[in-house]
Amino acid sequence: MKILRPCVLVLIALVARSAQAGEITVAAASDLTFALTEIAQRFEKTTGNKVRLSFGSSGNFFAQIQNGARFDIFFSADVEYPRKLVAGGLAIGSTLQLYGVGRIVLWAPAGSPLDVGKMGMKALLDPSVEKIAIANPAHAPYGRAAKAALENLKLYDQVHSKLVLGENISQTAQFVESGNAQIGILALSLARAPTLKDKGRYWEIPIDSYPRIEQAAVIPTAARDQQVARAFLEYLRTPEAQAILRDYGFQAPPEKP
Amino acid sequence: MSWQALVLSVKLAVIVSVVLFVIGMPIAYWTAYSRWRWKFLVESVVALPLVLPPTVLGFYLLVAMGPRSPLGRLWLRAFGHSLSFTFEGLVVASIIYSLPITVQPFAAAFRSVDQQLVQASATLGVARLRTFARVIVPLSYAGIITGMVLSFAHTLGEFGVVLMVGGNIPGVTRTVSIDIYDQVQSLNYSVANQTALVLLLASFLTLSVVYAVNRKVWAL
Repeated sequence: MKILRPCVLVLIALVARSAQAGEITVAAASDLTFALTEIAQRFEKTTGNKVRLSFGSSGNFFAQIQNGARFDIFFSADVEYPRKLVAGGLAIGSTLQLYGVGRIVLWAPAGSPLDVGKMGMKALLDPSVEKIAIANPAHAPYGRAAKAALENLKLYDQVHSKLVLGENISQTAQFVESGNAQIGILALSLARAPTLKDKGRYWEIPIDSYPRIEQAAVIPTAARDQQVARAFLEYLRTPEAQAILRDYGFQAPPEKP
Repeated sequence: MSWQALVLSVKLAVIVSVVLFVIGMPIAYWTAYSRWRWKFLVESVVALPLVLPPTVLGFYLLVAMGPRSPLGRLWLRAFGHSLSFTFEGLVVASIIYSLPITVQPFAAAFRSVDQQLVQASATLGVARLRTFARVIVPLSYAGIITGMVLSFAHTLGEFGVVLMVGGNIPGVTRTVSIDIYDQVQSLNYSVANQTALVLLLASFLTLSVVYAVNRKVWAL
């Protein structure tokens, strides 16, 4: 019995603590892997709340939320998914927030003879290129942008037999990074990420050659802790968080969603 | 509904189960009858793809096929192109992936053959290979058919490994499971449903064959 009292006290203290600090689960597109991890860490430090991050494809999360998954915030690489959730009554319209515009880059591994900085899009036509990795344009926002850029720059017909499709932008990076594809079209945020930064060279594809990749976050109606979720979205607007996003290559969004 | 992907998957599954029949028989025979002390290590290696997540297997294969691995370079020098993102690459990956599911029923069947019959054949002066062909195989047909059908069905439903090393090229590496995944991702639920239903029926049919053979519903 003697030991019971301290145990109960500790338990009470723990419960009290967790009631005070909230915990949210965030579903985020995989291009945010590095930027959002950093932002979440700072948010945790300043507010004491906990943020659990789950990265994956926006389409997957969209389907999961439609089928009852309870995320507190959904960061989508494509504004269309959050809009559809709002239209279906599954997300709170007033919380819809653009957080950045994604950019695509041509990326080749460090040891590659392809100097993408000098060659630009011509690198894709180099005879040493057998496979070109892009994300799947059928459902990945960065894949759609890559395909549009190839079409607008009149390259698609010449290269389309060489395309291999990654399930999402991270897998696309894996295809090139492992050397299985000689070159790829990746998200700028990945090219600047710590894991890829020193492993290759990139060249920014002209932003007017593809439709804007508008990225947006929204709070689903099924969110468990709306208060903390709102606080996190609020934090995202601070100069501190914005600087991290810009660092990773997400351009400032246009004013109105 | 994508027939191209379905045909590709069936083609892959047929090739893989035929190759696995050829290489699975000697491996199964060896694991069934060898008395080598360290045999369990080989058995563990063969069974590994059963327990490894397909992502791990797929990732290893992707790296192994890449130009930075010795294996990948060897293949590149021999055939002039890399194995990743090709149909042959999928065949190799699927063989490794489905190896245990084929070898294990084979070996179990070989092991359950009455050893007195095998010994009788030997005392009558019949060579071991002939004994295998005339005594062991006919008595193990249920296990062999089970292994073949399972390797076919397992390859047909393979997803993770194909996703990791295939590169999703229509008509080359876009198998039916990848196609369904793409349709779901693109929110084309009705198309996904149709293809999934066909796959479900095909899988049910193959499994029914396995159980019917094992129950000896038809006398063979």
